[in-house]
Amino acid sequence: MNHSKDSMDAARETSPGSTGLHGYEVGALRTALDIKEGRPFNLGALLCDRHCAQGRGDRLALIWENHTGLCKSFTFDDLRRYSNAWANRLAELGVNPGDRVCLFVDRVPDLYFAFLGILKLGAVAQPLFSQFMADALEVRLADADTRAVITTVRHLEKVRSVRARLPSLAWVILTDVKSGAHPPLAQGEVVMTAEEAPPVELTAFSANEDTPSLLHYTSGTTGRPKGAQHVHGSVLSQYATTRHVLDLRPDDIYWCTADPGWVTGTSYGIIGPWAVGATQAIFEAGFSAQRWYEFIARHRVNVFYTAPTAIRMLMKSPPPTPDQLASLRHMCSVGEPLNPAAVLWGERVMGRPFHDTYWQTETGAIMISNVPGLPIKPGSMGKPVPGIAAAILDQQTFQPITVPGKVGLIAFRPPWPSMFRGYFKAETTYHSKFVGDYYLTGDRGSVDSDGYYWFVGRDDDVINTAGHLVGPFEVESALLRHPAVAESAAVSKPDPTYGEVVKAFIVLRPEHMGSDELKLDIMNFVRKHLSPLAMPHAIDFVEKLPKTRSGKIVRRMLRAQEWGEPVGDLSSLDD
Amino acid sequence: MPNDQQIAQTVLDYIVREYADSLQGASIDADSPLISSGLIDSLSMVSMKVFLDQTYRLRIPDAEASAEAFDTVAGMVKMLRKLGVA
Repeated sequence: MNHSKDSMDAARETSPGSTGLHGYEVGALRTALDIKEGRPFNLGALLCDRHCAQGRGDRLALIWENHTGLCKSFTFDDLRRYSNAWANRLAELGVNPGDRVCLFVDRVPDLYFAFLGILKLGAVAQPLFSQFMADALEVRLADADTRAVITTVRHLEKVRSVRARLPSLAWVILTDVKSGAHPPLAQGEVVMTAEEAPPVELTAFSANEDTPSLLHYTSGTTGRPKGAQHVHGSVLSQYATTRHVLDLRPDDIYWCTADPGWVTGTSYGIIGPWAVGATQAIFEAGFSAQRWYEFIARHRVNVFYTAPTAIRMLMKSPPPTPDQLASLRHMCSVGEPLNPAAVLWGERVMGRPFHDTYWQTETGAIMISNVPGLPIKPGSMGKPVPGIAAAILDQQTFQPITVPGKVGLIAFRPPWPSMFRGYFKAETTYHSKFVGDYYLTGDRGSVDSDGYYWFVGRDDDVINTAGHLVGPFEVESALLRHPAVAESAAVSKPDPTYGEVVKAFIVLRPEHMGSDELKLDIMNFVRKHLSPLAMPHAIDFVEKLPKTRSGKIVRRMLRAQEWGEPVGDLSSLDD
Repeated sequence: MPNDQQIAQTVLDYIVREYADSLQGASIDADSPLISSGLIDSLSMVSMKVFLDQTYRLRIPDAEASAEAFDTVAGMVKMLRKLGVA
């Protein structure tokens, strides 16, 4: 099935409703965002210049605070000017429309300015989690043929350590640093901090709804992480769901705790809220329940969007004082299933329930959700949002299941505005995600007789830890680089705080003996090569791994044992 | 039996050695916030917990393994004393 621009156009012509994509009222959304059908626009400009042109340039767009208490505020006009500066600087460096520019940065103000500037230039933003270590960084930059990396002093050495093996990488741009207050620069390294750059007026690149905007890397069950390609038109879905699901209004203060290296941090940490024109409060700090409550109180946050792992960590910490959350009106969660106890805790301790939302990197926006006004069934993802046609498909026939409660594959009927348009340089893999009339999420679930959806688990070997997908291949590849490891398998293990964690089964080389010290050494090895997310939380040393007769490791058997589930058909096993 | 200062130094030495990439030369002491400052990712708490379990021959209960307890070396020493490390 071809999901190119042609098929999107065909779907618009044949779908029910005057302007819909399977009922998605795109026309009304375009009007709300001042996008004229068939006329060029630019997502970066839409998120800041548009507000300025409509007399809202002096409204607060960004309240930024770091862990030392340093606080800065920026208006939409500041976003406009600073993103212009970034677009201009990137153009001066020879970055062209379509080029990938990686943001490998903590949540500093220039991350946001540069993101908008990349879009204004017509280049493709490639945000990456700044806690990725060198190996994880290199794989993603190599795959994307990234032209420039924007980073900070803190992460510069990681970038430098991989640069020589990245022939496409022309520039390393050091940001969030004052001129002169940085280490000596190597060839191809420059400094750029928007607040110090000369002002410049800019005409944004003429994009259309299908122009590539963003490349988000996501892990799959096999092979290396893949870049999900998103487009400027994704804003139609993100705007709609920011209004309808997050209940965000232009005069709200909003805090999304997701790192912009992940899709939540861009779809709902940049695009959705600034399409609405709301003020974002950003806390550049790690987790601390007390400091998080103080942040909400200090900036009078109205809408709070966070992850179930963070909620479970809040549950283990001292509760807020009653007055700290007086400004909060609505709370949502994302990334992993929200357990009923967390929903009930939120209602009891924070005064209102968390609304679970379900979506993926590939969907670009929330697809199934609890929304204001819909009674919450604790543990349920809620119902498909307006404009989205969801189904549970039989795992053998891929036909919709009509029996309530029967488990199958969670699927959506394409297209929708924020649907990914491809995996970068992985067209075959992209098309394998579509079967018949549906996009397959890779998740299993069911729908009850009231139309509520319930998550059951992944349909593949991907591990969802703390709301982030980790591919077993990447973990196993890192494990194999440890001198003591002969073979490895990485699977999901349930965890009360993180939902799931990585567990590694390892066959040691004959000259090595298993020990607790070796387990810790291997854990740290993976953490230092990939990321804290990929680090195994548990390791078993085994004599051999379960394999098929063709030598393929049967991860599902190991996973089933960890989850207490039936191991399924073992007839293909070698032993 | 190690005193609080010795325990703190053991833990500090481990952090400086194993989290050098995260610290990037930042100077830390027993009261430096590690997780709340973002210096060390909260997920890294698990390997800290495993180190403490192994070094002090105990099993830190999940209920004690909070972000607050692991945010500073001083907090970890306090937790270990509470769990009976002598």
